Amino acid sequence: MPMAITPETLPARSTIDRMAPPSGVGDKVFRWLTLAIALAVVVLVFLVGWQLARGSSLAIQKFGFRFLSTSTWDPVAEQFGALPFIYGTAVSSLIALIIAVPLSIATAVYLTELAPRWIRQPIVSLIEMLAAIPSVILGLWGIFVMIPWLREHPFPLLKKVLGWTPLFSGPIYGVSMLAGGIIIAVMILPIITSVSREILRSVPNLQREAAYALGATRWEVTRIAVLSYAKRGLFGAVILGLGRALGETMAVTMVIGNTPQIRSSLFAPGYTLASVIANEFTEATTDVYLQALFEIGLVLFGITILANLLAQLLLKTMGSSLTTPAVQGA
Amino acid sequence: MTKLHRLGRKFLGLSLALGLSATASAQMTINGAGATFPYPIYSKWFDEYAKVDPSVRFNYQSIGSGGGQKQITAQTVDFGASDGPMSDENLTKAPAKILHIPTVAGADVVAYNLPGNPALKLDADTIAAIFLGQVKKWNDPKIAALNPGTNFPDQEIVVVHRSDGSGTTYIWTDYLSKVSPVWKQKVGTNTSVNWPTGLGGKGNEGVAGQVKQTPGALGYVELIYAIQNKMPYAQVKNSAGNFVKPSVESITAAMATAQVPDDFRFSMTNAPGNDSYPIAGATWLLIYEQQKDATKGKKLVEFLKWALTKGEEMAKQLDYAPLPAELRARVLKRVDEIKM
Repeated sequence: MPMAITPETLPARSTIDRMAPPSGVGDKVFRWLTLAIALAVVVLVFLVGWQLARGSSLAIQKFGFRFLSTSTWDPVAEQFGALPFIYGTAVSSLIALIIAVPLSIATAVYLTELAPRWIRQPIVSLIEMLAAIPSVILGLWGIFVMIPWLREHPFPLLKKVLGWTPLFSGPIYGVSMLAGGIIIAVMILPIITSVSREILRSVPNLQREAAYALGATRWEVTRIAVLSYAKRGLFGAVILGLGRALGETMAVTMVIGNTPQIRSSLFAPGYTLASVIANEFTEATTDVYLQALFEIGLVLFGITILANLLAQLLLKTMGSSLTTPAVQGA
Repeated sequence: MTKLHRLGRKFLGLSLALGLSATASAQMTINGAGATFPYPIYSKWFDEYAKVDPSVRFNYQSIGSGGGQKQITAQTVDFGASDGPMSDENLTKAPAKILHIPTVAGADVVAYNLPGNPALKLDADTIAAIFLGQVKKWNDPKIAALNPGTNFPDQEIVVVHRSDGSGTTYIWTDYLSKVSPVWKQKVGTNTSVNWPTGLGGKGNEGVAGQVKQTPGALGYVELIYAIQNKMPYAQVKNSAGNFVKPSVESITAAMATAQVPDDFRFSMTNAPGNDSYPIAGATWLLIYEQQKDATKGKKLVEFLKWALTKGEEMAKQLDYAPLPAELRARVLKRVDEIKM
């Protein structure tokens, strides 16, 4: 509630006298300046897209839509199809979200709703530290620690229990689509957790108190008063995570096996859009090859924008469904 | 601290900075970019050469061979570097004639991971069959025939190759294309190819990591990397029919017997000669025959001459193979023909 304006809250008369009369120039400058900065971001996005499209014009002409629908990636014969990379990016990001979202939101709930005060700060700091680990270090950790462990313990277990589904069949090499998804999950955990935590913290206490007053248990309070209130914000946090997942490169490259193929098994190696650019850009010597890599960049750019647009749309439909009085009152 | 005091310090700092930049501009900087494989020895050369001629400083960016070829063609650097020779098509894009100056050579070794790591001998045919996905198991008769007395397990061969474009892959696929018509027709030679089988590891460390940890794995890495990480590697049968262990000596031997044309764009895989290791390749500096900037060109030629004499002697300590004497003489002669 805004503070009521009373004579006490106004500055003393003498202060007002000393202030320059409002001219409006400053406000105008401020307004145009911020507008220019905001527009610069838009221009930047368009420039990136335009540059990518220009850099790949030859490949676009040569391959057309086949680029998106074929699976051969042959730099020698100069035949390029991006489908396995698109598939790899989508699947690895999906795995990452499936693993990271419940973990992150549960962590955020624990930190805001349940954890004793003394434990909060250390956990928050640790999570933030996780975000500070360079990608390539995580990748090396992936090769030398995570992969051998996954190959020895969780993967054989998954195969034993779920081997009858196509998702967990076939030989286990360690490096795989699943390993790629897991490493991305580790990388997007901090961002989803931090953002979710901030959102849950911004849920007004009145919400919780109201639910308690109605006799709700702690779980019910969290579910009804906190989580559903913060639904949109949490969704936004997940989208931020997805944005990072789509573009993660170095660590993924090191554990995904880098094989452009589409296999139903998550134990099979895969490849992502970002990885193939990182892997092959430096040594690409022919024009078409280089342009095909540019086009991969364009596709990734398109997918990221598409994912964000879809998210916006989802948010909109979500907004209209949120008609509980508690939310409307906020 | 008083304001004046602070101002004084600022001035001191400013004049120091100006002084430094003045000495820096008196020094000439020669810019280069390209291959990553020879980066360790090139940096060593630049370091040592700074003692010989303190007036030049080299700035080398190891951005990859593709980048090296592009930058020299665009004339944004004074010299390029590449692990593979430039194609005819790319050479025609350059505004003037580009010379290939071979500097050192390296080799690809076949690293593997078997229980107890027994010694392994392979020939061209078997290597090609493994990488084509035709030989799938360690106890394949082809492997057994080459290694009498060794018992190989009934285990799948997990093939590991480089996923990043690299000179190492160029050498590897160049070799396979020479020895296997099927490979040549189905896959071909390049810095990265459409692999018929196997897992991709990023960089030597990625391949080595996967080979070391996957029982039954087999992959190729640079000799230097295998030596420094004490990995077991196979002897390979050369075209003379001898099994040769990869080493600096057997690479130089291969270079001595390889056919080297006058533009030095040569491939030394599957070279003849009793002691030649067959899976090896050179790396090149790319330089315009007609130098635009005479003073810079002169300094660059002086450096090249030093590198091809004194520099070559340092190659061995870093596990690079130096050029054989005869080839060195030919290259030096060509360097002399660079025009200012």
